[in-house]
Amino acid sequence: MSCEAEKTDPLLLGGVALESRLFIGTGKYGADSLIPSVAEASGAQVITVAMRRVEKGQQGITAHIPKTMRLLPNTSGARTAGEAVRLARLARAAGCGDWIKIEVIADSRYLLPDGYQTAKAVEMLVREGFTALPYINPDLYVARDCEQAGAAAIMPLGAPIGTNRGLRTREMIAILIEETDLPIVVDAGIGRPSQACEAMEMGAAACLVNTAIASADDPVRMAAAFGRAVQAGRNAWLAGAGAVKASGDGAEASSPLTGFLR
Amino acid sequence: METFQDFLQKWPFERREKGLADAASESIARALAGENLQPKDFLALLSPAALPHLEDMARRARDLTLRYFGRAVQLFTPLYLSDVCTNRCRYCGFNAGNKRKRRHLTVEDAFAEAEAIAGMGLQHIILLTGDARKLSSPEYIASAARRIKPLFASIGIEVYSLTEKEYALMTGSGVDCMTMFQETYTPELYLSLHPAGPKRDYAFRLAAPERAARTGIRALGVGALLGLERFEMDAFATGLHAWWLQRRFPGVDISVSVPRIRPHEGDFETPQEVDDRRFVQYITALRCFLPRVGITCSTRENAFMRDHIVPLGVTRISAGVSTAVGGRASAGSADGQFEIADHRSVREVTADMAKIGYQVVIKDWEDPAETAAC
Amino acid sequence: MNVTINGKTEALPENANLAAILTMYDCQPKTVVMEHNGNIVPMEAFAKTVLCDGDHIEMVHFVGGG
Repeated sequence: MSCEAEKTDPLLLGGVALESRLFIGTGKYGADSLIPSVAEASGAQVITVAMRRVEKGQQGITAHIPKTMRLLPNTSGARTAGEAVRLARLARAAGCGDWIKIEVIADSRYLLPDGYQTAKAVEMLVREGFTALPYINPDLYVARDCEQAGAAAIMPLGAPIGTNRGLRTREMIAILIEETDLPIVVDAGIGRPSQACEAMEMGAAACLVNTAIASADDPVRMAAAFGRAVQAGRNAWLAGAGAVKASGDGAEASSPLTGFLR
Repeated sequence: METFQDFLQKWPFERREKGLADAASESIARALAGENLQPKDFLALLSPAALPHLEDMARRARDLTLRYFGRAVQLFTPLYLSDVCTNRCRYCGFNAGNKRKRRHLTVEDAFAEAEAIAGMGLQHIILLTGDARKLSSPEYIASAARRIKPLFASIGIEVYSLTEKEYALMTGSGVDCMTMFQETYTPELYLSLHPAGPKRDYAFRLAAPERAARTGIRALGVGALLGLERFEMDAFATGLHAWWLQRRFPGVDISVSVPRIRPHEGDFETPQEVDDRRFVQYITALRCFLPRVGITCSTRENAFMRDHIVPLGVTRISAGVSTAVGGRASAGSADGQFEIADHRSVREVTADMAKIGYQVVIKDWEDPAETAAC
Repeated sequence: MNVTINGKTEALPENANLAAILTMYDCQPKTVVMEHNGNIVPMEAFAKTVLCDGDHIEMVHFVGGG
């Protein structure tokens, strides 16, 4: 499935070389027991989890996650930078590494992340040695604040979380890709493999997909589709797409703009 | 923190040569169709292989310029404070080795010259001096800036490299724009062209824009003197410098100046003459690579050339120029730094720009603190 | 004695420790992080951490999320 060229293109994140550029989530599955097959079919090496209070008789998700995968806990539930820091510390105490997806949301209607609180949380957590991956609205200033604070990657949303609406923020994500030196991991909103592919063709470093896989009729097959789409988009980006020619372009005898150069 | 010098070292000649050699019609077409060009695309546009596509480049450059700047071109003029110089730049009329009568304006002389310029209706001015730290000290330049500040909306400096503290003195004295000509970005060639004087320090000069940016200056300009080094090499390094500065200091306005060597006093043979086609290639490639940077063209170019390259990407031109010290306020002044090729007055430039459908902009910006104080 | 576990008051025998709570909740120690009065307690110290009346315990674990 993967050719030689692909093996020489790892994504370096927090000192780790990842071969797969698809990150998957663990939320919203009809049965958590599907997760191992989904993970395998997707080829993903990074998987997100959330942290919640234990309820009596309820088991966590850890048992369903393949041991070889790198856990990316999120701080969902945090409404302020301080709460995100607390959740991050708890997650690290679980002994699964120091990666943290920083998610600070104080808007329950659209679930849009709070850029100011998120950047503050990055600053605090990087100081504590975390590998911080902030989830943000694709705003250049917030991205720069996070970059300056020492984030390892930027995770802009493609559309409001859980909507499967695709790359609605395409133009803004393109600006982040162009203007920041950090890997851009498109997170939230990607509903179809073609949209993940498009994000990768634009130069995104990776995509995080949860709802689109979990809510498919056949999550395992959809996971495989996303894995290939992300790979295809990455290859297209590396290959350098040919120029799009407008139908009117063609031979033109005169040179109205440079004719003065005799 | 990575400096531009660090970054430039990632582009040694061999890597540039390879990029130039690899450029083919397909990569050039791709560069012309894309939105966010990368350094390798810029290199392709500067290659000899791009020359047959010059009209396509011009079309793209014109469209981008219209999109980001409209049909407007900003006017400025230089004010030479002093031609006393301790450097021996082999290509320059102010070279300390040239026997000539030197002149150094007092702050009041400078004010008289500035009044003559303001009388022509100009609002953007650039102060220039030779490199003579004792005579034309940073404090002197700052005093001149403060003295003439009430007459202008914007004051730029094009002077020898200063320390960060000295740049802070400049910005604190009303200077909002700094231009630094690296002349050539090739260190060995740079040393041979600057055999003596403080300017010999390549690295100190190269990092000058970074030092100025850290003092909160509003605008920065960079440029190589075309004709010293092989065209592609310095053209590429200049664009790369502007690109890097734009990324490193997103709050600062970046512009590129595109001077070609002109005849001057002394007997310097231009080693790498840049012909008109390559010159236009440079301007259009810069515009495609850096859609939002200002491109400045001085009176080193003649009226015919300037009227044709404004639509292709040039956004700032000089007018009513004298490259001699005190050349406007006093009659019978000395020779200039170089022979100017466009002698048009402000009024003539304005009229000629109108003929090609462009409006001149006299005042593009003014320090809001100053405005509020009025 | 009464302690607050995840916001709910629970009656526990005197000298109960954190490990006892895990048993009560039917949880594997490896999958749970515990906070005792606001301080994270390392897994090895669960059995050694004896509780007092009025203590606050937070017990969290990983669940599904994106």
